[in-house]
Amino acid sequence: MSGCELFLRTAAAAARSCRALVAFTASHRALRTSPPSRAFAKELFLGKIEKKEVFPFPEVGQEELNEINQFVAPVEKFFTEEVDSQKIDREGKIPHETLEKLKSLGLFGMQVPEEYGGLGLSNTMYARLGEIISLDASIAVTLAAHQAIGLKGIILAGSEAQKAKYLPKLASGEHIAAFCLTEPASGSDAASIQTRATLSEDKKHYVLNGSKVWITNGARANIFTVFAKTSIVDSDNSVKDKITAFIVERDFGGVTNGKPEDKLGIRGSDTCEVHFENTRVPVENVLGEVGGGFKVAMNILNSGRFSMGSAVAGMLKKLIEMTTEYACVRKQFNRSLSEFGLIQEKFALMAQKAYVMESMAYLTAGMLDQPGFPDCSIEAAMVKVFSSEGAWQCVSEALQVFGGSGYMKDCPLERILRDTRILLIFEGTNEILRMYIALTGLQHAGRILTARINELKRGNVTTIMETVGQRLRDSLGRTVDLGLTGKLGAVHPTVADSANKLEENVYYFGRTVETLLLRFGKTIVEEQMVLKRVANILINLYGMTAVLSRASRSIRVGLRNHDHEVLLANMFCTEAYYQNLFSLSQLDKYAPENLDEQIKKVSQQILEKRAYICAHPLDRTS
Amino acid sequence: MAELRALVAVKRVIDFAVKIRVKPDRTGVVTDGVKHSMNPFCEIAVEEAVRLKEKKLVKEIIAVSCGPAQCQETIRTALAMGADRGIHVEVPAAEADRLGPLQVARVLAKLAEKEKVDLVLLGKQAIDDDCNQTGQMTAGFLDWPQGTFASQVTLEGDKVKVEREIDGGLETLRLKLPAVVTADLRLNEPRYATLPNIMGAGPKASASGNGSADVAPMEAGCRRLGQGRPVNRGLPCAESQEEED
Repeated sequence: MSGCELFLRTAAAAARSCRALVAFTASHRALRTSPPSRAFAKELFLGKIEKKEVFPFPEVGQEELNEINQFVAPVEKFFTEEVDSQKIDREGKIPHETLEKLKSLGLFGMQVPEEYGGLGLSNTMYARLGEIISLDASIAVTLAAHQAIGLKGIILAGSEAQKAKYLPKLASGEHIAAFCLTEPASGSDAASIQTRATLSEDKKHYVLNGSKVWITNGARANIFTVFAKTSIVDSDNSVKDKITAFIVERDFGGVTNGKPEDKLGIRGSDTCEVHFENTRVPVENVLGEVGGGFKVAMNILNSGRFSMGSAVAGMLKKLIEMTTEYACVRKQFNRSLSEFGLIQEKFALMAQKAYVMESMAYLTAGMLDQPGFPDCSIEAAMVKVFSSEGAWQCVSEALQVFGGSGYMKDCPLERILRDTRILLIFEGTNEILRMYIALTGLQHAGRILTARINELKRGNVTTIMETVGQRLRDSLGRTVDLGLTGKLGAVHPTVADSANKLEENVYYFGRTVETLLLRFGKTIVEEQMVLKRVANILINLYGMTAVLSRASRSIRVGLRNHDHEVLLANMFCTEAYYQNLFSLSQLDKYAPENLDEQIKKVSQQILEKRAYICAHPLDRTS
Repeated sequence: MAELRALVAVKRVIDFAVKIRVKPDRTGVVTDGVKHSMNPFCEIAVEEAVRLKEKKLVKEIIAVSCGPAQCQETIRTALAMGADRGIHVEVPAAEADRLGPLQVARVLAKLAEKEKVDLVLLGKQAIDDDCNQTGQMTAGFLDWPQGTFASQVTLEGDKVKVEREIDGGLETLRLKLPAVVTADLRLNEPRYATLPNIMGAGPKASASGNGSADVAPMEAGCRRLGQGRPVNRGLPCAESQEEED
């Protein structure tokens, strides 16, 4: 009987891989950095859409909106009238008066709580202002290094005493902060840092020794959040090396800087080495728990990451204005550039990317602004990956529109291109983030699936019938309905088609995740190319969700140009749908579209010889 | 000597950096979804009032704006720059289009008397209609002396010395308070409303009043017949290419 066979085969395969699965979920290092809660992305790995997390699209009250708009006006005025980005790039520094004006505008303490002298902005408001500050990348990076990571540790993990002592002067800009994690030998592998903090004899302070590299604001900061290894005695009395975070003042002594780095882009920001030589740090300056520094670092980085989406969207919107102006005025072959299809394509790309980025960023910001401590680290990582790559692609296309003049230093495009390149590298390289996105979700799915597979083993009849039935239905082809469309649907009927595409993708993604876990088990950690596809699919799914949620709201509320939004949303969803289908088919075992084996072979042979190994085309054998 | 009270009128206009588009039916310009901000000359007037207050010559600054609900934002900017109180004379959006210098001057005159101010400051003209009439008409209604196109303002006891930029050069007048002064470009450089000040302006704004009850309803003064782009004179210069689009 085919039903029984199916059952037996499923159960047997499950039993075999079950042990592997359990091993995977148990051994894999916990990447959770905050109290677990049902955020959206993780459930996608199980083929489920947590509708209430993402529909309706987050709204702010009219009062708050008025306040945000009031903030935007002077900041925008300042950036358009008084910031000379070309000069900053050429001279490699931000003028002192500009920094002072930024301080007086209040931009150095945007997220510092009001009681400590800051503006206490919500994530949404911070994202909104980020759209304007990104008009000058050097200033944006300087401000972000100061508050999004430099002093954020004190807000997130600091004691009341530490907050009261340090935040007021940091919020006013009197003191500047820097985030010191990276070392010459430890970039992406942050856990391997060598800087050491040894507890003194009298246990009253730590002595800090080590070198940090590529620290933004390294030369002008007075307050550093430094991460160093400390030896702590574990619960089982073994001595381990764990990272601890410290608030270090330059006045503690022994803090020196290297010379400013000569960078490709963001040349106005100050980046240099920071050396600590026998710096004495009082024990009161430990940030968070001793040994809990890695978690503090991850929390800090996760909390600011999403704002890259709105910052890039703001930059793209300005770019679209500049580029369309040029395309409408410049004529070739007696027609303006704007009439040619290949140019029009570029504008559609820029508009689409900006729309998706905005939607993802503000959706994430809205989730983060919910009460409690929602864990949106995957969502934030997805926003960062999408926006950094979207930015690079769009700026390159915009430069192309300008043609030869875009290549000249007189035109701001070349500077924007150089400034944009760093986005894919810092704040977690996109490669690392893709691994993080994929593995965190797979870990979550693995845990849930292990439970189900245990039940199968135990012979729980309902679970068995469910699984068999599911497999049968899948193989016969099915229509997926996850509740997004229809009379009680969450999306507006105009975008129902795209919503159906999303549902289909999500369902098959969930199935594929299960298959992958069963196939690889623990070893999936090593399969970076598989993980890359998983991450890409997830990023697309999140993007689709964000645009559908936003477009539905725009239609329902009746915002200006909502039919244009529907166009963009449908366009993106269709594109992403087919990309996902391709990635999903590549993830099948023995898929002909999958070239991973060949890729591995080629790279192995090249890396062996550290060179291109083909014989020259002109070579002869004799 | 800080017994003086100042009334500053501010107008919400389309931002100077925006590219103006005429409506297809040529009844006006597109304002929907377009960025608006405080008239630059009004900003200069507010800045002057705030500087006088900082020099302790003026005790209280009241900001006034006539127009639809969005004018609250303009008043709030004035409060963030340093005004103490705001009065919004609410005019429904439909009628706001017909609001002209005559009507606004009447409102300002009434408010100046009601609030017993000693100095009325305005921008010399608004960048949308370029009328350059409101200040003068206000002075007329109040029967107060006026110093227009001011490039320097000095308070001297119960008088105010105003240096005016006129076509022939500079003219200096000494006016007896109370008086009306309109600000010209070189009077000062307005400060930025800092974000902490904008946040602080919130409570000030909610405590401010709505002044529409005190003023008589407006009758339409002039009626706009149409609005369109200037005729292209076909001059061979680089900019004309852009203008066409």
